[in-house]
Amino acid sequence: MTVRAVADSSVGRVDGMKTLAKSEFETLIDGLIDDDPRSVVGPQRRSGQYVFEELDSAADLALEYDLTALSPKKYLLPQYEQLLTYERTDGEYEMHAGTDTEGVIIVGVHPYDLAAIEHLDKVHIDTMGDEPYRKRREDSLLIGLTMQSVAPESFAASMGAATTDSGYDLLVTDIGDRFVVDIGSFEGNELLADLDTHSASHSEVQEVRRIEDDLRGRFERELQFPPEELPTLLAEHYDDMEFWESYAEQCLSCGSCNMVCPTCYCFQVETVRDLGGDSGYQQRSWDGCLLEEFASVAQGENFREEVAQRHRHRFMRKGLYVYERYGDVSCVGCGRCTRHCVADVADPTDVYNDLWEATNA
Amino acid sequence: MLETTETVRSEYEPVQGRIAWIEQFTDQDKLYVISLPDDVELDHDPGQFVELFVPGVGEAPFSISSSPTKDGPLELCIRAVGNVTRALDSMEGGDPLGIRGPYGTGFDPEALAGDDLLFVAGGIGLAPLRSMINYALDRSGEFGDLTTLYGCKEPAEQLFPEELQRWDDSEEMAFYETVDQCPEDQTWEGREGVITELIPEAEFDPETTTALVCGPPVMYRFVIESLQEQGLADDHIYLSLERNMHCGRGLCGHCQINELYVCVDGPVFNYPEVRDKSEAEV
Repeated sequence: MTVRAVADSSVGRVDGMKTLAKSEFETLIDGLIDDDPRSVVGPQRRSGQYVFEELDSAADLALEYDLTALSPKKYLLPQYEQLLTYERTDGEYEMHAGTDTEGVIIVGVHPYDLAAIEHLDKVHIDTMGDEPYRKRREDSLLIGLTMQSVAPESFAASMGAATTDSGYDLLVTDIGDRFVVDIGSFEGNELLADLDTHSASHSEVQEVRRIEDDLRGRFERELQFPPEELPTLLAEHYDDMEFWESYAEQCLSCGSCNMVCPTCYCFQVETVRDLGGDSGYQQRSWDGCLLEEFASVAQGENFREEVAQRHRHRFMRKGLYVYERYGDVSCVGCGRCTRHCVADVADPTDVYNDLWEATNA
Repeated sequence: MLETTETVRSEYEPVQGRIAWIEQFTDQDKLYVISLPDDVELDHDPGQFVELFVPGVGEAPFSISSSPTKDGPLELCIRAVGNVTRALDSMEGGDPLGIRGPYGTGFDPEALAGDDLLFVAGGIGLAPLRSMINYALDRSGEFGDLTTLYGCKEPAEQLFPEELQRWDDSEEMAFYETVDQCPEDQTWEGREGVITELIPEAEFDPETTTALVCGPPVMYRFVIESLQEQGLADDHIYLSLERNMHCGRGLCGHCQINELYVCVDGPVFNYPEVRDKSEAEV
């Protein structure tokens, strides 16, 4: 896996750590905002919630955030993305694959979102060779942030994604009056070149460890079993329609759980025409397997017509199907689906723990 | 940042083809013969599909009806039932369109070599099977006995009527056909009844025969049961399944049958691969 290979290179976690003043970190971010052609984005407070948005100044960073509405996936796999433009001249069509694939510098990414991006990398770069994603991802920088506020919906610790040692260019930990920075890539190291940093002391590194260890015990939600059990557990309960229907009864098929998920990557493709009809583009946009028509074919057959079938599919996909294909359970425990589900039936800990209890009662 | 190797071109960019000619089979079904640029070799396996782009309208997946044993243009047999296909229906010879592919896992002629082949095609399901049927006819020395069973709703819905006649006359392949029923305003001297009724009539040795099946979703279960009754082992049955293979590349998720992506793992499956997948509906 490419990301890990970069992250695990000679700049090892412990002896590579640096310390820098918070003002130095702001200097770094403001410098990137001013000088780097790429957008610099980070968590900010907007209308009562945290969101990743373009930064005007490092001072706008809300690094105390617990969970953002959407994950930074939206920059790497945008909600709307041109795949192909076409233009007709004299009965001929010029067709060009193409999209704006300029990368972004994403500041303040929590470990569960870094884990989600590592998974997206595995699917889109290592396996399926999705060019728009690859180009944008390779041109992007991820400045991770050790999480210190825990959203009530989150269960990232259960999924092993509350902390991480890979998937970032830099990982920043706030230890009070300064930051400890772990360097995860060559580019990350370059970012620090002109800053006033010093090697982290043993006690500073210990403080990072203490924060991480303390964090794991602060989640209100948790899986009652190790996530490695999920694939087997789900396979055993595939045919238990009574169970899936009990959750699906209240489900509105709105697809919010799909839209906010940092590892969902299904899409639809639509044609957008100019008014004259001679030119336009093909665009892909986020789609969700909970939406009613998701598995329909042109002749009218819908292969997942019942809400319960679609509900089951989402959980099977996260915990079994993706695992069988890529070796990852594709839930990182961020809690966004729980937070955004109007009917309150999307919480993976509810569903998975209920299954566990049904099996082990 | 990441570093990986450059790939040659974007997988989302089609090549421009052009409709060479169109043959109308039924009110809804036409054969589109599409020429590709000289430097483009489709190089497909029978049973694979392409994504066809109608500029200004959209893109949809279609199984390839032509056999790779024949040089020449790409042939797609298409029923006008959706946006893209209805737009196609109004197009003419000379009109340009985009083609990406081929995609998916088709039939593997090498794995089938030496077998007696029993093709079971229901309705528009003949479109994907025709590629393999013609492959087998063109290289009949590589296979054992060939048999095709074809059923459609009524005589007016027959696809490839001239070719069916040739198959019927051919010494190379046994051919049985049926229509579900013949309305009074049509004439039909052949048999009436559903396609499963042909299976006990066809002469084949279950030990040496492999069945290749494609048809509407409702057909599979009945055909498979009937083949099993004739003694065919499950792994001697191949199914070509239709789903919405929207991207063709194992990403968009629309064609998933449980964990399988029809666009990558299929559309052709050996029956045991999908037997226990409830979403396969087989």
